[in-house]
Amino acid sequence: MKLTARVWMVGENINTDLILPNKAFYLTHAEQAQFVFHANRPGWAQQVQPGDILIGGRNFGMGSSRPAARSLKTLGLSCVLAHSINGLFFRNCVNFAFPALECPGVQDAFQEGDVAEIEFERAVVRNVTRGTELAGKPLPEPLLKLVLAGGIYPLLETEGLIAPKTERA
Amino acid sequence: MGMTIAEKILAAKSGRKNVSPGDVVTVGVDTVILFDNNFMPNNWREVLKVCDPDKIIVTFDHRVPAPTQQAAAAHVTGREFVKRFGIKRFHDVGRDQGISHQLVADHGYALPGSVLLCSDSHTCSAGVFNCLARGVGGPDIIYAAIKAETWFRCGETVRYELIGKLPLAVTAKDAFLQIAGVHGDHATMNVEYGGSGVGGLSINARKTLATMSAELSAEFATFEADSVLTEWLRTRNPAPFEPVRPDADAVYLAVRTVDLGSLEPLVALPDSVVNNSRAVREAAGTAIDQAYIGSCANGTLDDLELAAAVVKGRRAAPGVRFIVTPASQTVYRDALASGAIQTLADAGAMIAPPTCGACGGGHMGVLGPNETCITSTTRNFKGRMGDPSSRVFMASPATVAASALTGVITDPREFLN
Repeated sequence: MKLTARVWMVGENINTDLILPNKAFYLTHAEQAQFVFHANRPGWAQQVQPGDILIGGRNFGMGSSRPAARSLKTLGLSCVLAHSINGLFFRNCVNFAFPALECPGVQDAFQEGDVAEIEFERAVVRNVTRGTELAGKPLPEPLLKLVLAGGIYPLLETEGLIAPKTERA
Repeated sequence: MGMTIAEKILAAKSGRKNVSPGDVVTVGVDTVILFDNNFMPNNWREVLKVCDPDKIIVTFDHRVPAPTQQAAAAHVTGREFVKRFGIKRFHDVGRDQGISHQLVADHGYALPGSVLLCSDSHTCSAGVFNCLARGVGGPDIIYAAIKAETWFRCGETVRYELIGKLPLAVTAKDAFLQIAGVHGDHATMNVEYGGSGVGGLSINARKTLATMSAELSAEFATFEADSVLTEWLRTRNPAPFEPVRPDADAVYLAVRTVDLGSLEPLVALPDSVVNNSRAVREAAGTAIDQAYIGSCANGTLDDLELAAAVVKGRRAAPGVRFIVTPASQTVYRDALASGAIQTLADAGAMIAPPTCGACGGGHMGVLGPNETCITSTTRNFKGRMGDPSSRVFMASPATVAASALTGVITDPREFLN
């Protein structure tokens, strides 16, 4: 899977309360996506174009287990790259099939607005604007398969273990 | 090669002889806990089959009793799930309701060597019982309820040797703030707690440390088992178990000693509990609007009795809202019987029903614009407990209680000595 898009930079220790704030707790997925970074970067969610790439620093997605990765995917981002990704947040990236790659040093290799090109399976990350390349950490095979197959729910639905989605969300 | 506690349980539960950092394994799951947030319409998917209903526990804890129609609808969905699959361990609003991690302690739901999952990030709390427990995503929980298995990636383990004895008015919460202040986050790592000082810590105290390990971004947080643990479980769960000890040649990323006797009351400043601890005396004098005791971290009988000891015969300062939330109905009843609730209420505390509530800005004490709260809950991210302009200081129940009395952040040793 090859992804090419402009990048947005969000910095260190981004917690999931920032991505999916409490005030959006009862809203639909589409409504929740509009609240991403509402507290620290108001108006940003409305600027995101489908396919855009997010870049963070250390421990991206720390904190609460809320389904923040789902909001990033619903917003239309194609991938998050971060120096390191919080383990619990990473689980939800896999669950919701939102491509997420750990790429040490990525936060220093890009400036906002640069164009990134990602070869997801091999975890190769290129800064097209600056002509540099970094090595990310490829997902372990079983987790990669799960992401490329659309995450947990399509799998369970195909196996007849959960009912198809209703309109309520 | 020798294994740490986490590696041993991962190996046993995945049918492998050995598990090392970096391995991705599929493990059988013994216990799956669902709570009200799982059943929200924007999170829930209708489950058609479960592997074993006796492995599942359901409780309503985050927003309880239902503060909104949507929360109430989530509870209705949860009850339908319980009824459909005949879930016996169901802790609805009523005599035996509580915060999930407190219920695990109250009822001995986690046994040494077992695997316990819940989609709340503080599920590592159950690691106090020498098992593998951690927060996973909502979809992971639905998957595990159906298939009784999940995947884990094994991380390195950092071991903490606890030695000595906590001084008067100093608590396990202060021990956590010390570790978090000095060592910062432990992302991708397990933490393992042991040492000669563990024996002197009550299960409740150890549980505070295990619970707060989520704030270190730890993967698993596990305590060694001892006779105190065995005694706690013996009176609550008749099932047999085998304690899991780390191998003598287990490989740790680091082994650090924490001298409990050298600790003092600490506070984490807004807006982080990592790399942000100060001695209470350094933050002393900061005016507060609300003093809150509760949550899965510090809502136990020990915590309420400690707070009661601080406030006994005194009253909260004018203008301070003092809110106390026992973490379960069991704790609530025990605290009533012991007189702690009376003492706290006499001092001006409002006693809330067991719920996560204001910890996550849900209800029962949400903060308004520019308000300052000192709390014994789990997190103090900006806006966590309410208005984005509010500020949250994190401390022990003793420090919170002392601050309630004076209206400013106060060292509890002014009242306990």
